[in-house]
Amino acid sequence: MVKDQEYLRSKASYCLDLAKKLGATGSSVTVGHSISETVNFRNNTLDESNRSDGLAISIETYLGKKRSSISSSNLLDDNIKTLIEKCFETTKNTPEDEFNSLPDKELLAKEIKNLNLYDETHFDNEKKIEYLKELESVASSEEKIVNTESSFTENKSNFILANSDGFCNGYKSSSFSASCVTVARDENSMERDYEFTSKRHLSDIKGAKELGEKASEQTIRKLSPNKIGSEKISIIFDKRIAKGMPGAFAGAISSNAIARGTSFLKDKINEQIFSETINVIDKPDMIKGVGSQFFDSEGVKSDTLNLIQNGILKNYLVDTYNGKKLNLKSNGRCGGTTNLYFDNGKISFEDLLKTNSKHIYVTETIGHGSNLVTGDYSVGATGFLIENGEFKFPVNEITIAGNFKDMFKNITLASDLDFEYSVNSPTMMIEGMTVAGK
Amino acid sequence: MSNFFDKSDLSRKDADKIVSDTLQNCDDGELYLEDTKSESILLDDNKIKSSSYSSDLGFGFRAITGEVVAYSHSNEISKDSLKKSSENLKSTLKSMKGTYNHDISRSNKKFYEDINPLEQKTLNSKLEVLNKVNEYLRKKDNTVKQVTTSFAGEQKSIEIIRSGGEVLTDVRPLIRFNVSVMLEKNGRKETGVYGIGGRQSYDEYLKNDNWKTVCEEAFRIASVNLESKPAPAGEMKVVLGPGWPAILIHEAIGHGLEGDFNRKKTSAFHDLMGQKVASEGVTIVDDGTIDNRRGSLTIDDEGTPTEKTVLIENGILKNFMQDRLNARLMNTKSTGSGRRENYRHVVLPRMRNTMMLSGNQTQEEMIKSVDKGIFAVSFGGGQVDITSGKFVFNCTEAYEINNGKIGSPIKGATLIGDGPSILKEVSMVGNDMMLDPGIGTCGKAGQGVPVGVAQPSILIDKMTVGGTKL
Repeated sequence: MVKDQEYLRSKASYCLDLAKKLGATGSSVTVGHSISETVNFRNNTLDESNRSDGLAISIETYLGKKRSSISSSNLLDDNIKTLIEKCFETTKNTPEDEFNSLPDKELLAKEIKNLNLYDETHFDNEKKIEYLKELESVASSEEKIVNTESSFTENKSNFILANSDGFCNGYKSSSFSASCVTVARDENSMERDYEFTSKRHLSDIKGAKELGEKASEQTIRKLSPNKIGSEKISIIFDKRIAKGMPGAFAGAISSNAIARGTSFLKDKINEQIFSETINVIDKPDMIKGVGSQFFDSEGVKSDTLNLIQNGILKNYLVDTYNGKKLNLKSNGRCGGTTNLYFDNGKISFEDLLKTNSKHIYVTETIGHGSNLVTGDYSVGATGFLIENGEFKFPVNEITIAGNFKDMFKNITLASDLDFEYSVNSPTMMIEGMTVAGK
Repeated sequence: MSNFFDKSDLSRKDADKIVSDTLQNCDDGELYLEDTKSESILLDDNKIKSSSYSSDLGFGFRAITGEVVAYSHSNEISKDSLKKSSENLKSTLKSMKGTYNHDISRSNKKFYEDINPLEQKTLNSKLEVLNKVNEYLRKKDNTVKQVTTSFAGEQKSIEIIRSGGEVLTDVRPLIRFNVSVMLEKNGRKETGVYGIGGRQSYDEYLKNDNWKTVCEEAFRIASVNLESKPAPAGEMKVVLGPGWPAILIHEAIGHGLEGDFNRKKTSAFHDLMGQKVASEGVTIVDDGTIDNRRGSLTIDDEGTPTEKTVLIENGILKNFMQDRLNARLMNTKSTGSGRRENYRHVVLPRMRNTMMLSGNQTQEEMIKSVDKGIFAVSFGGGQVDITSGKFVFNCTEAYEINNGKIGSPIKGATLIGDGPSILKEVSMVGNDMMLDPGIGTCGKAGQGVPVGVAQPSILIDKMTVGGTKL
């Protein structure tokens, strides 16, 4: 069982008291416990079981405007004591930074709504095995599938965040995830693809059969790919890749990148950076949301933010430190976004495929080719050639490249948004990018 | 050396007993204990942005029978917690029976000292270096708009207890010093990053004002990029510079030669053993035994002494990298490549220092031979799809080559290629092999481990460059 709030609270207050006794002018502490159990299958047999039981504590101490932090997985009182002493010693020797401070008291979260983030159901390993058996028997039923690997993970966690200004809050959460990776082979090639599901509640995850079928189908259709020539062509990003776009955007509007001047979106508030049809929202209070939170990692209340309204940048993601630097109030985004999404477009998926006579439909990208300082983007890609709305043949060993500044203005979104992940986007078309191939 | 038992109700004798009892019907397994102290000190935007210290203690208990791995880990080292893990392992493997393999090789060689780099330099002297870096770069040129510099250090002590009471230990220091600088000129911004590190004290890497060299290199890369033009798109010849660009070898070849992917037949290389996979003259080794290198290990995370493993010899595929599990299932020996990020993770076969050895041509000859292509000097990260063999990496410093001459710098572009065929496209191997500066971290299955790479300059006849200029 995951440790209860009372245990975590007692550890947290032990830390705060100790820091105060040593002379700290402020402190904050996070204590968390998480238990997860994973079962892995491979080719229809049990491959691995993995149980993880982890406690973690992190403490920050302040002396005026001086600050330092420590973290540990060892929660024995005498170890914590040694660490806090060391932490405070380091604080004393660290130079002042005028922007260091605990969050403003009036911004701290006061109440906690019930967002239904915890499902106490225990899906024991025998049941995980049953699920994976069914999944793999479906996934491996096609002759071309030569290898299957699948996994089921159940996670339960609980945490407390407390600071010397009286904030003390935390809550339990859970997640259930299953994944399936399949390898298919024909006379020309070997290809891999996957399908994945992750939810707060067990009853919401995809069924074993659906997961296995999808993984198998998605892999087989990639077989015998072609390489294509280099050209400017419109790209359609499958939903699972399209969600990388709001992710990159979020990185570029983090107050840290803005304050340091290392973002291509610095000083762009109230400017048009996307086409007028685009709205980007970060919504922390979704019921059962994978990215839902009541407050950020500093205890600041997080409300829904319209980051992009009709293409115009409305907000940065602000934490306390960078907020003070930029003269902005924290909007509860220390630690990043919550449930971030591009809102639906007006065109159906089918119609989107027909907007141009030829597209590349990208199902996977590899590489870390996003430069948030310049906005330059270049990654390896695999996918399909689409002609007149029809999938023609699989394509691989190509790269796609552009610059976010142009790409953002050339986005068209389909109307097929769903909330599978903590970052989501409808199917996305971007015109004017360069494909490099042969 | 850490004593894992002095503050616990668990005695060494209890641990031995639980380990032997749990593993008696298994083929392999061990109790892995780990104590890591680490620190990070970061200067950014003219200020010491963070100064943090972390202490992480825990165990990972593993039992293996046949192909099935049962693993349980916790950060509570106690009798109760270890017993709970033991029950968990037994329940997974209850219907199986194996024979424990007690055989594990031993060596007296050590590739780094038992030091604690965190304590060998005071906080104040670390802060002093970071401040000097900041001042030096900001005074150097008025295009410098942002400087980030950091120290990261750790000392990891591990102890492996095998069934029958055999104990293996290692103390691993690791440090890294990093400088990142952003320049702005005519409204254009570019960054340059450089770092150094390895398994010695901070001061070993900082002597002779070496921090200045690191600053200069970061500044140089950023300055080059300020003048960069859009990169070309399409297939062309590529000359790779020596040293760090060997992450191409790491991505294109290295991962595909890890034992697990080949046992599972999911690697594009699994049926190519003994066959020609590279041009003649191409020899690639994975070496864990180079003194003080970031990727070196005295013993791996299963207790096996590391070695220098020949992967490709003169173009022919010779060996895969193995941990104990995959070696047993493939009827071969561990190459000392069993690694894990920390006690929270299972062991996987991983790279250490992956190196292509020198040939006898010069970089000059290579460049001269290219009509149209690019010269890639430095890279950011890379990635590979093991199954299709396709890999990418991102240039952070590259130039056009026109008619045998180096031309303008080009913007960061992704290069993409095919692992099993790329080394057959290598038409020249340079005589200038160089080790990387000690900055690599390799990710696999969510686990990051420190690695090294090395190579001479090489000429690749055909690769796709992912620029925007058609």
